[in-house]
Amino acid sequence: MRALDRKLFRDLWHLRGQVLAIAAVIMGGVATMVMSLSTYDSLTTTRDRFYAEYRFAEVFAGLKRAPEPVAERLAAIPGVERLETRVKAGVKLEVEGFSDPITGQLLSLPDVGEAQLNRLHLKRGRTVQSWSADEVVLSDTFADAHGFQPGDTLVAIINGKRNRLTVVGVAVSPEYVYQIAPGSMFPDFKRYGVLWMGRSALAAAYDMDGAFNHVSFTLARDAREQDVIDRVDAVLATYGGTGAYGRKDQFSNRFLSEELKQLKTMATVFPAIFLGVAAFLLNVVLSRLIALQREQIAVLKAFGYRYLTIGMHYVKLVLLMAALGVAAGVALGAWFGQGLAHVYTETTFRFPYLDYQLDPGVVVIAFAVGALAAISGTLQSVARAVRLQPAEGMRPDMPEAYRATLVERIGLQRWFAAPTRMILRHIERRPLKSLLTVLGIACACGLMMVGNYQRGAIDFMVDVQFRQAAREDLALAFIEPTSGRALHELAALPGVDHVEGFRDVPAILRFGPYRHRGAIFGIQPEGELHRSLDRNLQPVAVPPGGVVLTDHLANEILHVKPGDMLTVEVLEGSRPVRQVPVLGITRQFLGVSAYMQQDSLNALMREGSTVSGAYLAVQPGTETELYARLHERPRVLGMIANKAAMQSFYATIGEFILFYNLVATLLAGAIGFGVVYNSARISLSERGRELASLRVLGFTRGEIAYILLGELALLTLAAIPVGFVVGIGLVGILVVAFQSELYRLPLILTPENYAMGASVVIVSALLSGLLLWRRLGRLDLVAVLKTRE
Amino acid sequence: MIGRMPPDNANPAVFVARGLTKVYRMGEVEVRALRGIDLTLYRGELVVLLGPSGSGKSTLLNILGGLDAPSGGEVRYLDHALTGASEAELTRFRREHVGFVFQFYNLIPSLTARENVAAVTEISESPMRPEDALALVGLGNRLDHFPAQLSGGEQQRVAIARAVAKNPAVLLCDEPTGALDSATGVVVLEVLEKVNRELGTLTVLITHNAGIADMADRVIRLSDGQIAEIHSNAVKKAARELSW
Repeated sequence: MRALDRKLFRDLWHLRGQVLAIAAVIMGGVATMVMSLSTYDSLTTTRDRFYAEYRFAEVFAGLKRAPEPVAERLAAIPGVERLETRVKAGVKLEVEGFSDPITGQLLSLPDVGEAQLNRLHLKRGRTVQSWSADEVVLSDTFADAHGFQPGDTLVAIINGKRNRLTVVGVAVSPEYVYQIAPGSMFPDFKRYGVLWMGRSALAAAYDMDGAFNHVSFTLARDAREQDVIDRVDAVLATYGGTGAYGRKDQFSNRFLSEELKQLKTMATVFPAIFLGVAAFLLNVVLSRLIALQREQIAVLKAFGYRYLTIGMHYVKLVLLMAALGVAAGVALGAWFGQGLAHVYTETTFRFPYLDYQLDPGVVVIAFAVGALAAISGTLQSVARAVRLQPAEGMRPDMPEAYRATLVERIGLQRWFAAPTRMILRHIERRPLKSLLTVLGIACACGLMMVGNYQRGAIDFMVDVQFRQAAREDLALAFIEPTSGRALHELAALPGVDHVEGFRDVPAILRFGPYRHRGAIFGIQPEGELHRSLDRNLQPVAVPPGGVVLTDHLANEILHVKPGDMLTVEVLEGSRPVRQVPVLGITRQFLGVSAYMQQDSLNALMREGSTVSGAYLAVQPGTETELYARLHERPRVLGMIANKAAMQSFYATIGEFILFYNLVATLLAGAIGFGVVYNSARISLSERGRELASLRVLGFTRGEIAYILLGELALLTLAAIPVGFVVGIGLVGILVVAFQSELYRLPLILTPENYAMGASVVIVSALLSGLLLWRRLGRLDLVAVLKTRE
Repeated sequence: MIGRMPPDNANPAVFVARGLTKVYRMGEVEVRALRGIDLTLYRGELVVLLGPSGSGKSTLLNILGGLDAPSGGEVRYLDHALTGASEAELTRFRREHVGFVFQFYNLIPSLTARENVAAVTEISESPMRPEDALALVGLGNRLDHFPAQLSGGEQQRVAIARAVAKNPAVLLCDEPTGALDSATGVVVLEVLEKVNRELGTLTVLITHNAGIADMADRVIRLSDGQIAEIHSNAVKKAARELSW
């Protein structure tokens, strides 16, 4: 090994504390990137493979009822490759020992043979036997939530009739990767289930003998989806078709795509922030580190080493540090990534398997970014050192030029003893260096705030949603639109305090080239339970005669403003198309909605007072009895209890939040410590001689520690408010980047966020201070008398 | 070999060293830096420790200054034993009684001349005013200059002012002119001479420059870790008469 390389490894070993701290910073950035990108890649690959292997359909259509021969006309549509008709029924379920209302979606399986499309992946048990009358396959989320095993039974109320069904299998379907009850905000695996049973048995129970009410298609390779959709709609118009739609409007797939889009954003934004900060820190830390090697560089030059050789020597030095960080980051990121992908498949998406993927490209990018940051920081300092004449480099530095600080110039110096003046002047002597240190520490603080931001934001979103907007205890849906008189019956039920009806009309909203497939909600203008909120999150009455849209729907999806005319294509009944003025914008964090007054919506539909469901306020303690009474009513299809939904939501995301907090704390902690420790160590190297001189002159260890750590403390304290600003900025970026149809994060930072951000900085500083305190005890006092640098 | 009579035996002993040894272990090699030094230093004298490098003069100075502990023997400062003192006690000893002057000045670059002195007077019990100390070394007009604005000789004079400002019992100077040209060195030595004369501070000056020895009351020549010779100058030369 050449002497210079030997020096390399000795230097690395000598600097091991700082090497580790620098590697920790890189590790933090790289781990975030690897974690997010590999999770995204894994879930995308898994989804694509699952969709292909289990023949996920491409176009779907619901209708009221069509005789089976209509399928032949649908099959004849150009571009249709394969189709399958089904019976699909909304049901209520009864599970022994569970009194909350459960809604279910019951789908038919062919009586003989395997399904053509949307095939099931059986996780346990078997599929239903041919022509079986009472066998059922359950979705795995629902089965797992209740502990169903093959052989267990449950009751499904189909069309008002109780059917006892025997569970024979537990399955996952590409149609229900993301399972959420229609009208619900969050998945609730205990209170919503998907079931599959034999076609003839279901048709018999649902009055669909020889008929179907749902059809799925795959398309020929060259088919245009919209053409097929238009033709399907034309065929099904007379059979109560509710509008065919493609995968992008398929419920589960839409949610899955949105979530993956979010993840993709996270995979770009988070690592960009982390790596950016890491690169910045690396640059700062390394340039100072190399500046300390000035004399050695001069000696090497005096020996006749060329600039290039010297430059390469230091580049190698930092590349080794970076490589260490990247390797640790990739390993940690892959580990986190597997954990995160696992959390996703446990809590949100149901896939039969997970293909964990770590794209080598990700590793290459990570290394490139880490190396670039390291090298750029290094070369600046090396160049500066190399420019010196060797003799000059080896001469002791002239005492650096200092001057009285601003605070002193304005006459405050009498308040400060010499050590304090040293601190202040040292900071002011190198304003850029001090500023960079402050910024570096501030970044760690900001990152910590970003990592811990979600919890508070979600609490806020849920609070706005459930305490301001959707205040009902129970939302229930009727089997079909019903006269408003039904509300009086509900109000008379025991335990019901208050009832508000709503009309929910599925529709496509269009404005120019923009469209949104959703629904129009007709609510009560003076509603107490379900309300729309204004910009300041205060309840505001929906004005008559027009529609009020969620801000995201209006601004980002439809691009309309109040006063514009919206085209509404109703997907119900005779499917009228109407023009409706936009009257206002409402603020909402979860989902998107279009609100009208119920009366206005009824008028738009040319119908009398009609409701599709009701919001109920329920006296506490009466829920069980009320649920039972509602359960008995055949026209009540589904019920969603808000409190239970909220609890299940928290149970679901709890694991996520825990995971994120852990990862973020770890990474921000690593970065924070890396910066603070390095700043302190470099300060010590730069000023060791000065401090040792003072020790010789009789200063105690405590007194010199004050000079060194006082500066660190001052910079740390200055960094905290700056860190808060950085944190707010980073969260702001996240808020913008994470806007989606599913939710918009509010820019809410809780006192806990600030406390966490400040504490990572303070703990890092204390820890660094402690390590430095030990080093100060080992200062070589004798050496300073003889040596100059 | 005990020293001959001091120049003024009315003065009490400041340091008494008996049988001092110091062994460094450098890897496998044992370096015997001091091999049995017996020495008494008195208040008010100006002593030059002369010897080639490696003779043990710096080791001796470090032990006297409380920067290093001997391997054997004992040192007393007035009625305190320095041998066996704790780190904290040595720090207090340096703080209260010892003034150091270094070869490379070791000023704090971020402090002005006045403040460099004040850094020490602020932690002393009955110091001079920093302005007075700087006037003593002839820098009364450069109080608010930072080290970067001072020449090497001026920096060393600030260092001397800093060392004497606390009214130490002893002033230990390790090659104070080592980094200076001869003319500037003479100016620094004049200052040391003046401090010794006017304040009566025991001044110990290490040098390998025999030319400086003429300004001392006593010259102690070290060689191989032992005292080779102690010699009192019958007539002290004034520092300005020196040259090398």
